[in-house]
Amino acid sequence: MSFEQLLQYVLSGITNGSIYAIVAIGFNIIYNTTGIINFAQGEFLMLGGMTAISLSAFLPLPLAILAAVIITSFIGALIDFIFIRRLRSPSVLNMIIVTIGLSITIREIALHVWDEKVRSLPYFTGNEITSINILGAYISPQVLWVLGISSVIVVCLGGFFKFTLTGRSMRACASNITAARLCGINTKNMVTISFMLSAAIGALAGCVISPITQTQYDCGTSLAIKGFTVAILGGLGNSTGAVIGGIIIGLLEAFSISVLPLAYKDAIAIAILLVILFVRPSGILGKKEAAALKEF
Amino acid sequence: MSLNKLIVSLMCASLLPLVFSCKKQSGETIKIGAIFSVTGPASFLGAPEEKTARMMVDEINSNGGVDGKMLKLIVRDSAGNPEKAISFAKQLIEEEKVFAIIGPSTSGETMKIKTICEDGKTILISCAAAEVIVNPVAKYVFKSPQKDSFAAQRIYEVMKKKGITRIGIVSSNDGFGIAGREQLEKLAPAQGITILISEVYDKKATDLSGVLTKLKAKGVQAVVNWSIVPAQSIVAKNMKQLNMNMPLFQSHGFGNIKYVKEAGEAAEGIIFPCGRLLIAESLPANNPQKSLLMKYKKDYESKYGEDASTFGGHAYDAILILVEAIKKSGADKEKVRDAIENLKGLAGTGGIFNFSPRDHNGLDIKAFDMLTVKGGKFVKYE
Repeated sequence: MSFEQLLQYVLSGITNGSIYAIVAIGFNIIYNTTGIINFAQGEFLMLGGMTAISLSAFLPLPLAILAAVIITSFIGALIDFIFIRRLRSPSVLNMIIVTIGLSITIREIALHVWDEKVRSLPYFTGNEITSINILGAYISPQVLWVLGISSVIVVCLGGFFKFTLTGRSMRACASNITAARLCGINTKNMVTISFMLSAAIGALAGCVISPITQTQYDCGTSLAIKGFTVAILGGLGNSTGAVIGGIIIGLLEAFSISVLPLAYKDAIAIAILLVILFVRPSGILGKKEAAALKEF
Repeated sequence: MSLNKLIVSLMCASLLPLVFSCKKQSGETIKIGAIFSVTGPASFLGAPEEKTARMMVDEINSNGGVDGKMLKLIVRDSAGNPEKAISFAKQLIEEEKVFAIIGPSTSGETMKIKTICEDGKTILISCAAAEVIVNPVAKYVFKSPQKDSFAAQRIYEVMKKKGITRIGIVSSNDGFGIAGREQLEKLAPAQGITILISEVYDKKATDLSGVLTKLKAKGVQAVVNWSIVPAQSIVAKNMKQLNMNMPLFQSHGFGNIKYVKEAGEAAEGIIFPCGRLLIAESLPANNPQKSLLMKYKKDYESKYGEDASTFGGHAYDAILILVEAIKKSGADKEKVRDAIENLKGLAGTGGIFNFSPRDHNGLDIKAFDMLTVKGGKFVKYE
């Protein structure tokens, strides 16, 4: 394999990895507050993408994306108000089942609001045929946007969860919800904030990957499955881990493609994920103590 | 995922009584069942097919029906899921006792219900492309789209003219992709074409730069992509982004302007075989299909406010074939089946149909024109 080809596989791996990573980050926020996996996370992506595409018809692109993020985060809050808050026994299992139901419902609603057709946002820089030449290998500038925005999100989230009172309160909820309540934290509001934040980040992710992956009413599920895998690999709750996990899975897939038929891509990635989880059950950057506190 | 399916099927089950309760009609109607993937991954086939079928049936009924009888269309949405197609086919045949079934939209689904229709002695006119649907011939199974072997042959003809001999194939892992790939691989040796690499991608693929890198490394002179899914646009975009400037050939699955819009500038120069619907305006006036194509296009576009695609045309042809046969022989299943086998020179959107007991598709290679994309529009490839 020549150097250019090697580099091209690396760049291809980064392209896919960056998509997985930005999807995975969204899973972590709700997990950090409630300890649940939000199975409707993929639908937040789809909603963000679809809303931005509709709005971009009469708004400039940055405004359309901003509006889509705000609208989706509002929907996230609404979902919490209507479904999660009212649960009589908000156990982890119950909340997870609610999110599964929501994911199906949102998908069907999106099918009726929009239609079955595939759409996409325009490329943020250049167009469909623009690519950047790096030492003989090529990459679409949109991938750099995805990576850049992922990094910004990771840094901001890191700061938010470490240094702000709200962020720390949210983490306290996940560690021990009774203790958090005893300390005077309004746990229900923290869950609402986590849904809003998670929906907003999902929507932003949905917008920035839309030019690459294209958006359709049912595109959320398959993206979410990969994102979920990556979130576990990186260590649930850890956004830096999500990015590292995403890039690792992306690269593994790219190199499996280079030697094996494409059809084995997912099998290879999942097999390696299993191996890593046998060695480090809490994921690459996950902490054992934190994982032990969770209900599952 | 199985939990999702369970919930969905429970929801469906709760709706069934509603569906049954409104099915009491007089004997003066001919019930036509239709199974289309109106939603789901193959929705860009099923949705225009469903719209076309409804439009045609409405038009026929407002003109007094067929043979003095009204048509009644019973549409089922399989969402591209073969299991659903099977249960809908059984339901349409056993409970609704339909006269004939139009669809399904995809080759995979059609193959699953082929024997069900055969056993139920119900005419099936499939809107899916794969050759295996009518080869070997099944007594009650017909199909309206052109055969994929003709599409492959047309592609190879152009390649030979351009002096291309070493190619790479990518195809989707659904019925259409698998069947097309088989045809491409079968026909290549006779045309002097060497397939250096043939890869299959997931029908929900979101980025294909990895596999295209592999094709590039093999030094292919042209790429053939065979699928019906949105990945058709992604292949085009990824190729340009990887600076792969060899020609990209696509299957007749590309005959939807939506994909051209998605691929934007990357779509320019894609070559693909297709029926004439997409270039109806530029056909010479003496073309036997022209007036029909123009009428369908105008009706569809004014009624639904979206571009007509060749896929909707497949449903148009399926109903056209059925109605013509009923007109000839009266509303009797066996007689209509025989009548379809004897239809000759019937102009449809896909081409001129000449059925015979051995040919249940009725179209020849002339049904395909080679098209290309120029300035964001489909034009004839010269």
